[in-house]
Formats: sequence, C-alpha cells, structure tokens
Amino acid sequence: MRVRFILLTIALSLCCAAYLSIGARGDWGFVLSFRAQKLAALLLVGFSLSWATVVFQTITGNRILTPSIMGFDALYLLLLSALVWSIGAQAYQALSAQVLMTASAALLCGAALILFKTVLRAGRGNLMQMILTGVVLSVLFRSLTAYFQRVIDPNEYAVVQAASFARFSNVDTSLLLLAAVLSLGAGLAVWRIRHRLDVTSLGPVLSASLGEPPRRVQWQVLILISVLVSISTALVGPVAFFGLLVTSLTYLVTPSCRHSEILPTAALIAGIILVGGQTLMERVLDLSTPLSVVVEFIGGLIFLFLLLRSLR
Amino acid sequence: MIDIQDVTYKIAGQPILQDVSLQLDKGGIIALIGPNGAGKSTLLSLVARLLPLQTGTIRVDDLQIGQTVDTVLAKKLGILPQELTVASRLTIRDLVGFGRYPYHKGRPSADDHDRVDTALHLFDLSDLAERQLETLSGGQRQRAFVAMAYVQDTDYLLLDEPLNNLDIAASRALMTLLRDLTAGRKRTVVIVLHDINYAAAYADRIIALKAGRVVADGAPDAVVTAALLRDVFETPANVTTVARRQVVLV
Repeated sequence: MRVRFILLTIALSLCCAAYLSIGARGDWGFVLSFRAQKLAALLLVGFSLSWATVVFQTITGNRILTPSIMGFDALYLLLLSALVWSIGAQAYQALSAQVLMTASAALLCGAALILFKTVLRAGRGNLMQMILTGVVLSVLFRSLTAYFQRVIDPNEYAVVQAASFARFSNVDTSLLLLAAVLSLGAGLAVWRIRHRLDVTSLGPVLSASLGEPPRRVQWQVLILISVLVSISTALVGPVAFFGLLVTSLTYLVTPSCRHSEILPTAALIAGIILVGGQTLMERVLDLSTPLSVVVEFIGGLIFLFLLLRSLR
Repeated sequence: MIDIQDVTYKIAGQPILQDVSLQLDKGGIIALIGPNGAGKSTLLSLVARLLPLQTGTIRVDDLQIGQTVDTVLAKKLGILPQELTVASRLTIRDLVGFGRYPYHKGRPSADDHDRVDTALHLFDLSDLAERQLETLSGGQRQRAFVAMAYVQDTDYLLLDEPLNNLDIAASRALMTLLRDLTAGRKRTVVIVLHDINYAAAYADRIIALKAGRVVADGAPDAVVTAALLRDVFETPANVTTVARRQVVLV
C-alpha cells in the first residue's frame, strides 16, 4: 500500500510540475502564480468530486452510481436557468462570484438533500430502481431547464449556456479561497468518519449490528456530499462521469476496502487525471479537444461497461 | 433475558404482530417457526432494532430498545443478515475484524487482533483468512459471518433464516457451530427457521407464530406435534419419533 501511495504521489507531483512549467515564456513569476491558481482549482475539484463520489457509493452500497448520474448536474443547470430567468442576466452577472457561489451552493445543498433522500428511499438498495429514479428525475430537471431557457431571451440564454458546460481551461479562480475553505472543511468531516464509513459499507443489517445504524450516518454524509459537489460544480461546471472514472480506477488500484486508503488514493488519481489531462490537452495538443470531452467519453464508457456487467 | 412486552406492529394498517409478549431466557438456542407471513422476521427485526417499535417495549437485559445508545447495544446484541452479500473484495480477516468494531471504533489494539486470530483458528478459517469473501462457498461464508459474531462477543445473537441456500452439510455444520456457541449457557441464539426438523434437532426452545400471535411455545418435543402442523402450518404431515427426537415426515 505504501509503495502504491508513493508512486501515485510522485505521478501527481510530476503532472503538477509539467503543468506549471511546460511552454512557460516570459516573466516566470507571473506565469507561475497565474498557473498555480488554476492548478489549485483543478486539485480542489479533483479532491471534492472524488471524495463525494466515494462516500456516495459507500452509503448507496453500489459502485456504479455517482451524485452526477443521479441528476445532480441537471439540478445545477435547472437552478442556474431558474436564477437567470427570475432575476435576469444583467442582475445575474452583476452578482459577485462569491455571493453566487455561496448562494448556489446553499440552494444546491438543500435541493440535493431532497433529491438524494428521494433516490435512497425509492431504491432501498435496489440498484436498477435507483438508476431509474435518477434517470426520471434527470429528465424532469432537464425538461424544466429547457422550459426556462425557452422563456428567457436569447442573450440571457447565452449566459446560461456559457455556465452549463464543464470548463477546466477557464476555471474561476476568484472563488478559490472560499471554495478551498468549504471543501477542505467538508473533507475533514469525511475523514473523521472514515471508520464509520467502513462499517456502513457492510450493509444496513451488519452496520446496525455493529452499532452504526446507516440512517444516522446517511444524513451527515449526504450534507457533506452536497457541499463537495456544489463547490466543484460552481468552480468548473457539471461533469457527469468524472467521479465514476476516478472511483473505478481507484477500486482497480487499491485492493483495500478501507476508506483510510480509498479516499487518499481517489484524491490522488483524480488529481492525476485532471492535472495530467489538462497539461496534455492545453500544452501538448493545443486545446484541440477539451479535457471534459475526453473524461466524459471514457467515464461514459466505463459506466456502460459496469452497468452491462451488473446485468449479467 | 430478552423481555418482549405487548408488541404490536402494523404495516399500512395491517397487523403483522399482535400483542406479542415473550420472555427469552439467557442461554441456548431459541427457534422461531411459523408459516410465511406469520411475523417471525418482523419480530426479529424489532428486537434487532432494524425496525422502529410502534407499540410495546422490548428490553435486552437492562437495556431498553429504542432508548439505548446504539454503541452500547452493539456489545450486547448481534445480528446476522439473511443476505450474505457484502462489499466485494473484503477478506475473511477483514470481515471477522469488523466484529471488534464496537470496542475499538476503527483503531484495533493488539488484543483485538489476537481475538480475531483466535476466532479464525477456532472456526477453522485460518487458511482462508486472506481469501476474498466472494470467492468462498456459501457454507464457508456463513462460517465467516458467525466467526465475526463470535468476536463481537455479544450475549445475544439473532439470525434470520440462515439455512437458506445452504446444503445439508453446511446447514448441519452451521447449527452445530451455533450449538457450540451457546454451550455453557453463556450465549443466546435466537434464530428464525423454516425447517421444523432443524428446529427440533438443535433448538432448546421453539416458539411458533401464526398471523402475528404466539401459538405454541416450549421444548421441541412438546411443540413439534401433528396438531401443530395441522393447526399452524395447515398441512396434514405426520410426526414420528426417531432416536428420541421428533421428526416431521415430509
């Protein structure tokens, strides 16, 4: 486990160094501080999404579903469209980024709690039922979003559209400090309950038998997931299959079932994918393809693969 | 002693249990039998606090269910699930180790490791300790779960139809294992069984439920009779005595 951990850390460090240095010209002080901010944002997004996905999969007891697949991204777009529709694009753009992020994170948290609770109740551990509920809710959110986008005027629509695609190259760094505080806080809370999460992954009966009834942990974890996902969505926009890509690779790499190993590994892998991938796309391939497209493509394939395998 | 007082449980207005009162004394194997839908699993789930109590009270020794901190009850009462499918890639040692969780909260001491090793040895799992659960047969997996319950070291252990999907060898081995656990009257096993012959052969006391009520309660040879099968299970099966034990002719 040590060796694997050290290798991953070295890989991530190399990716970070490459991201900071490749193709840098001119004033190094400026380039480094500019790129360091974007790097920090990427690492933060990787950390938040990977941890949120791991604990979501733990409390739902499966390794296919992620918060995004369960309709979180669609919910984000719905809130965004509803916001622009209700206050207008000008007022929306006049809002400071921090206010917008805090407000949307708070709104998303509330809505996400209701969403996840509904999904969990509907599913009761039945994977297909949960996927179905998630899909139906996603479609509902998307239709409502489409409705809002039709009733607002085209200029305002452009504002919504710009915010509805994942953007790893153009991260909003003004939010960095606030996002860092929130997601590291949530991360700390997750880390503190890592042993309880281990027990929860044994299923409802055994965890009750061992003195950790799942519903007690569930609420706490759902709130933390909502915070983590809201932050990363506010930073880079919706990314549907990134979390799944990360957790699948994590389970492949670590044989352990302990969160004290899974969580750090997932964060490292997420960082490597985002920073390494971004370096490759931005510096080597000259932005010919956005990273989000590649990540979604591979993540989507993994989703289909896992789904088909579970049906067999 | 598990003291169940006037427990009634309804789902959507339909009574599943009606005024059930039972005293389950400490020590031995207590089997719950009855036709499908009699409320056996519900009763077990209520004692195991998997379902919230609606009316009535349940006390386990001096601890009242619903009012006792979960972590305290976890040292008193263990439950094994019907479905033994658990997160993939868990090794037997990991699983058995979880039995110590109520004591160490995720930070096992040397003593906890020793107890796990002892249990692995005792349940003949030492050679399989590093194997993953999903690679084991149903019987081996069942044994690993009982080993986990053993290191949890609770006075009471509840099992819901553990013999489902086990062949005769594995079933007999499991029941013998439970017998050994209760030897010396130290532990109490409450078990829901479908096969009355297993209940008659291994239990110290049999409680029969029908339509949410206790209809028979006592030692196996007093409870397992042709009248019970006719009245409770509504099937005219004969009961005979072989080697001083009641056997239902199926």
